[in-house]
Amino acid sequence: MSNGKVLHPELLAPDDHDSIYRRGRRLDHAGGASQPLRASTLEKQPRGAKVHGNRPIDQAEAAARFIAAPEHEKMHDERLWDLRQKRDRQMHGIPEWEELRALASAIKEHTLTHLDDYLEQFETNARANGTHVHWARDAADHNRIVHDILRDHGARTLIKSKSMLTEECGFRAYMAAAGIEVIETDLGERIQQLDNEDPSHVVVPAVHKLRTDVAEVFARTIGTDPDNSDVHYLAESERESNRPLILAADAGMTGANFAVAETGTFVVCTNEGNADLSANVPKLHIASIGIEKVIPHLEHLAVFVRLLSRSALGSPITQYTSHFRGPREGGEMHIVLVDNGRSERLGLEEFWTSLKCIRCGACMNTCPVYRRSGGLSYGATYSGPIGLIIDPTFNARKYSNLPFSSTLNGSCSNVCPVKINIHEQIYAWRRELVKQHETPFVKKAAMKAAGELLSHPAAYRAAIATADFALAHLPRFVIYNGLNAWGKHREVPHPPKQTFHSWHQSNRGEKT
Amino acid sequence: MSSRDDILASIRANRPQLERSLPAVPLFDDPPPPSLLAAFKENLELMGGIFLDPPESGDVLAPVRAKIADAKVVCSTVPEIAGNRDIRAIAAPRELADVDFAIARASFAVAETGSVLFDDKDLQVNAVAYLAQHLIVLLDPADIVINLHHAYRRPEFRDRHYACFHSGPSATADIEGVLIHGAQGVRSLSLLPLARTSGASTAWAPAGPEQAERSEACPRPSHRDG
Repeated sequence: MSNGKVLHPELLAPDDHDSIYRRGRRLDHAGGASQPLRASTLEKQPRGAKVHGNRPIDQAEAAARFIAAPEHEKMHDERLWDLRQKRDRQMHGIPEWEELRALASAIKEHTLTHLDDYLEQFETNARANGTHVHWARDAADHNRIVHDILRDHGARTLIKSKSMLTEECGFRAYMAAAGIEVIETDLGERIQQLDNEDPSHVVVPAVHKLRTDVAEVFARTIGTDPDNSDVHYLAESERESNRPLILAADAGMTGANFAVAETGTFVVCTNEGNADLSANVPKLHIASIGIEKVIPHLEHLAVFVRLLSRSALGSPITQYTSHFRGPREGGEMHIVLVDNGRSERLGLEEFWTSLKCIRCGACMNTCPVYRRSGGLSYGATYSGPIGLIIDPTFNARKYSNLPFSSTLNGSCSNVCPVKINIHEQIYAWRRELVKQHETPFVKKAAMKAAGELLSHPAAYRAAIATADFALAHLPRFVIYNGLNAWGKHREVPHPPKQTFHSWHQSNRGEKT
Repeated sequence: MSSRDDILASIRANRPQLERSLPAVPLFDDPPPPSLLAAFKENLELMGGIFLDPPESGDVLAPVRAKIADAKVVCSTVPEIAGNRDIRAIAAPRELADVDFAIARASFAVAETGSVLFDDKDLQVNAVAYLAQHLIVLLDPADIVINLHHAYRRPEFRDRHYACFHSGPSATADIEGVLIHGAQGVRSLSLLPLARTSGASTAWAPAGPEQAERSEACPRPSHRDG
């Protein structure tokens, strides 16, 4: 069965051995590719951005290395575009889709403008259910609070499900230093943990890796056969190696996709059931929740659950949608509500609506820059379009280049289930960073020159004619050098034979 | 000042002073699918679940008995079929690690997504539904709601400390988009439509007209063609 267009037909697998069929239908839920894909040649995995302390991340440099690995780049591009197409098919199956998006956006905007009230309501109800509630101003607060809880219980090992918030807090590094063993239980996240690499995507953390890369990581870390890159073998081996760690763990940890003020419930969506293992096997369950995750009532939850997995993976729902309203019998439940810059972001007139984000990753899947450069090229916790508008709030200098990694095509805003005007915020960040002098020298110099030129029409016309002449006649190495970001990985457009102004002068000029 | 007061004060200082009212959410249930059971079955299978067609006559539990025939450890939380691991005797969830098949009855199901809901009462020990290798679900066809909007009006979300939608088995496609069943949790989820025995019923009747439509749309399991 063919589902939509393939970007790279050479990736279509010659056979369908990997697939699962049900009553003659090939299944593609839980993020499964809608057609069997396979890379053909062995290629070393390109690594992410080079991070030098607080210095601005050079996304373009890391992207260039990703593009220089064509097998990785093609598979990445294909898989994410496939998720985007699957999302579209789900959307077309729901007549009220646009109404749901409008509702989701309105619910979030209402909640964010009354965030203090709803957080207090959530806290009151969670406490009434027997849950302990903690508040963390920042990452350091969060890590210390969780560490204290673990210490009180004598816990040395912690199993956890994927959480972007804990990535944001540098949680694993902190715990390693504190001598507590953290085991990620999501397959993709575990691959990344074992490879000592950050997740490259908020939903599919290892999407930038090929099966051969995973085989290399697992051979090195959990003792699989280095020559066996069969995906079923790799996944089964990881399951088998994780299971004893899950059974022996002293404590479990999850994030949360939503927190319902009305009932004090938090909700976790996973495909693997790993959040339910993390929460239900050990006695102690700790949940880290960003303060923007709260929504007022259960009826609102329906809107978000209907949108989340359809937008993220093109699947109607995640395999598991887990609702935790209180500790289980004999168990103990803690919630850590984390600010870490969110309350301040609420005060940024042009950017506060980025807090509506439900971390579905649809903007990443559709972004032509993200698909071809890989999430690790951004050198930040959040990559892709949503990363461009969130990361600078954490560190305007380090992430000053990121808002320029966009074509401003607006596709991200079109697919966003909570209607964040992502591409407009990217543009607004460019303006903001220029104001704050956080633009790189080459861009600044180029823009200053352009500004001069644009304010002097005659000079502009002369310059355009010169540039067109130059583009047509200069040798390639002059045009495609390091100072022209436009000439990297793409051809500079053919210059017109005549400028519009000179054409207008010679054709219509006399009449005016 | 405590972290809590700090954060709330910061929110109050930064909160946009905009009028944003809270919208009411429609139920989006018109038109309803012609058969809730048929719609549920279709979506369950798309999510990787297995629908067990009840036999035309004879032992209605025959498909379940066939599934567990060769299993070493079966843990059942339902009165309809016995296992050989008593869940009431479990001191810690990890003691369920060797369970081959877990059997439980779902509180209700959602046609839109092919999901079934288990709460902590249905499972008794929550972990059984994730540590077992395979899961068998009993579902009363009268307990299917149209969509998630209807689902979230159910009392389980207000009454129980734990409630989880299962939509097919544990799955992942984290490596090259290859779909795997049994990522960390159960390798398969099979569902048998079977009415609750009278007296064991905990079915909840919502206020509203949908109840009547629902019963008409859901014939007894023995009438299903599969």
